[in-house]
Amino acid sequence: MITTDICIIGAGPVGLFAVFEAGLLKMRCHLIDALPQVGGQLSEIYPQKPIYDIPGYPEVKAQELVDNLMEQIKPFNPTFSLGERVDHITKQEDGSYVLTTNDKTKVHAQVIVIAGGLGCFEPRKPVLENLEKFEGKGITYMVKNPEMFRDKKVVLAGGGDSALDWTIFLADVAERVTLVHRNETFRGAPDSASKVFDLANNGKIDLILSANLKSLGGNGKLDSIILENKSKEEIVLNTDYLIPLFGLSPKLGPIADWGLTIDKNAIEVDTRDYSTGVERIYAIGDINTYEGKLKLILCGFHEAAIMMHSAFKYVYPDQKLSFKYTTVNGVNSF
Amino acid sequence: MVTFHVEHEDGTRHPIEAPDDMGLSLMEVLKASDYPVLATCGGMALCATCHVEVLDGKDGLGDASDLELDQIDNLPNPTPTSRLACQVRISQELEGAVFKLRGESN
Repeated sequence: MITTDICIIGAGPVGLFAVFEAGLLKMRCHLIDALPQVGGQLSEIYPQKPIYDIPGYPEVKAQELVDNLMEQIKPFNPTFSLGERVDHITKQEDGSYVLTTNDKTKVHAQVIVIAGGLGCFEPRKPVLENLEKFEGKGITYMVKNPEMFRDKKVVLAGGGDSALDWTIFLADVAERVTLVHRNETFRGAPDSASKVFDLANNGKIDLILSANLKSLGGNGKLDSIILENKSKEEIVLNTDYLIPLFGLSPKLGPIADWGLTIDKNAIEVDTRDYSTGVERIYAIGDINTYEGKLKLILCGFHEAAIMMHSAFKYVYPDQKLSFKYTTVNGVNSF
Repeated sequence: MVTFHVEHEDGTRHPIEAPDDMGLSLMEVLKASDYPVLATCGGMALCATCHVEVLDGKDGLGDASDLELDQIDNLPNPTPTSRLACQVRISQELEGAVFKLRGESN
């Protein structure tokens, strides 16, 4: 079990700066992020894009800002669990929390700060009747263990890179692979697309173009899929598995089940201290919402400072908080 | 100012008037008009929750970028005239256009 004062969910710019604000108040932080590296969207999506609205920087590249934030929080020795997602939180008798990740890492913290940005990127689901009924019973949204498809009939749906790549890979594993795509052409890597066309021409896979998923069949377990083609004709496919690959879409994930007030995928907070409706849980940065909210990094920085001063009372219940400037006191590492 | 319409589920069309000189996106105007657009990613063509179908006036919208087309192509329910509202700029060209919301709303 990792023990810390503050556990920050999300290691994007706002989560990282929150470590600095906590550090000035002598509170230690542990950060957890679903991505394998720190920086959130900045490192993952647009590391080389310039940002123009960070005070004091006329222009700064996203990755450079992340690197600088890491340098800035170094004196406070934050610890990290990267590539992990917090699945559960359990309130302790003394009010503190234990957080458990999908990798079973446990963190004991006095305060939880959700700085989760857009949330977790989760597979986008097609709109099909009974879809949920067959999830885990023939429908899976990612290929974790290709061996489970060995000698099985598998239908993949989608036209992006992952649909193409997995079609090519599973062609050698499954008994039969069928790729269903609603267009005539693929926008994925041309190399992969031409490989898929070759496999289809050689009879190694079935390629069904200009068709959409229409309905699912099976008694308890998926056994058939009905497609509809351009001329509105139905095609019935018998299958063991369906893998819909329609890209990823940001979702709150397990956070949505923690009893917080959620509005349009964002957590409602009290703007006096960015606390949620649940004691000792705060939300800062793009993941929170309030009247007048602006999804800006600089607003998240401000929220982090206010929020940490409010959290002080849970970490040091017997101490009086005195506000200090870094110009007067410097940055005292620990 | 420019006026375009949003078609509701029941087929009725409702006008929206928006300034065409503020560099606004269609997503921003839809949100400001209280339509249930999540716009989770804030306008970066990443989440596709502002997916709209252009029922009329698609020629005035300009071409979609590769990033936008990739997102649309990945959607399970695209239409031949699908766009992401966050990538559509409000301009005079939108006069008379008609949109239908198709994004996830929860």
